[in-house]
Amino acid sequence: MSTSSHARRRIAITGVGLVTPLGIGTDATWSRVCAGESGIGPVTRFDTSEFTTSIAGEVRDFDPAQWGIAKRETRQMDLFIQYALAATDMAVKQAGLDADKPDPERWGCYVGAGMGGLGIIESTIKSLTEKGPRHGISPFFTPSVIINLAPGQISIRYDVRGPNFSMVSACSTAAHSLGEAARLIERGDADLMIAGGTESTVTPLGLGGFCSARALSQRNDEPTKASRPFTKSRDGFVLSEGAAVMILEDMDRAKARGAAIIAELVGYAANSDAHHITMPAPGGAGARRCMELALEDAGLAPEQVGYINAHATSTTADSIETAAIRGAFGAHADKGLAVSSTKSMHGHLLGAAGGLEAAICALALRDGILPPTINLDDPDPECDLDYVPHEARKTQVEYAMSNSFGFGGTNACLILRHVG
Amino acid sequence: MSDIKDQVVEIICEQLDVKPEDVAEAKSFTEDLQADSLAIVELVLALEEKFDVKIPDDEVDKIKTVGDAINYIKNHAG
Repeated sequence: MSTSSHARRRIAITGVGLVTPLGIGTDATWSRVCAGESGIGPVTRFDTSEFTTSIAGEVRDFDPAQWGIAKRETRQMDLFIQYALAATDMAVKQAGLDADKPDPERWGCYVGAGMGGLGIIESTIKSLTEKGPRHGISPFFTPSVIINLAPGQISIRYDVRGPNFSMVSACSTAAHSLGEAARLIERGDADLMIAGGTESTVTPLGLGGFCSARALSQRNDEPTKASRPFTKSRDGFVLSEGAAVMILEDMDRAKARGAAIIAELVGYAANSDAHHITMPAPGGAGARRCMELALEDAGLAPEQVGYINAHATSTTADSIETAAIRGAFGAHADKGLAVSSTKSMHGHLLGAAGGLEAAICALALRDGILPPTINLDDPDPECDLDYVPHEARKTQVEYAMSNSFGFGGTNACLILRHVG
Repeated sequence: MSDIKDQVVEIICEQLDVKPEDVAEAKSFTEDLQADSLAIVELVLALEEKFDVKIPDDEVDKIKTVGDAINYIKNHAG
């Protein structure tokens, strides 16, 4: 989109809503990220005694009623939809769109999830087995579990009559949703987009699937130390849940109505490894190319990017991403480029991860604070960048990149700019 | 049989998130109690389980008010 004959529309981020293991609310989450705290703990929702991993990043103290979700509606929406509604409520209010309502046809909603309503799928299979199909399956089963009911419910609630669907790309879902939503505004199909990701897979099947794949940390005795990207002792990722939603808005429109602009979304790229279902391509070739394409899309030289929120999940792939960053950024990777994995604090929110991490980039640019990588006690020699270890750093950078890579070899990179 | 009425009202309150004082016999499920077609199906299934009856689909279509539901159960339960 960098070659069109007319200037493309610029994208302002005017609202952020977060529901995470660190807290419910953008400030609640961001303040704990800045303090270098962990949101990981023992799983409380079900008995994990037979699982190899018994820790996760659960959203705590979520009260649906606080977000206008009636008791009967909680049976009609899996948690991932409820989280998305709560995050949207925060983002819409922060952007001032509750008072200053957009033209319904000029805004849309791209909110995706990696897996959908596993919790209700599991409980329904149980009741189907016990009671049979007539009484074992709720008439609300289908709309309570399918992924696009997150944007569907959002559109009903906020009178959003533009494009409304979900992208599904595993752990890069939210990043793709944000990037594609920006494209939509750039080409004039909408003026605002509600975009991001949501996930609620802390369930027996969700946890068990990753246990079986040997993908999760088994550091069950030290939950807050379990997510330790870039260390020698990392032993897998930590499953988390939550939602991250942003309001993307045509910059001219945002300025005209006097909205507070948190950051600008200036670059996006998506590509694939075409290599393996779960492992990155050798040397991180796909990831490297995606970063290069995002820089090109934003019209930036590598030296202009001051911070990368890495995908780094605390698995073997952390060193591959490190190599990919070095490949894309050259000498700058060792001089002046800060990289951190905030998954060290909030764990891996799967389909919501890229949204949360892009939001963290936006807040880092707004406040001039680079979030840390905690638990970096024993760096892996193959992971040798400036990872902002242990403590947040007060540094104002101009551009920040957020990396998201998913199962299926799918990649997305976003670049955000500081708005002074 | 007033026992049945109380039990039906209780299930309606539970399923539709409404208060007993709002569940008069003349109330329409769709007009007054904001039930959509899926919520009515959910309610019917809950009544079936509670009273061990099977309400055929063409009978479901005739249950429009709280009174219709109470009368159906009174006539078919037990």
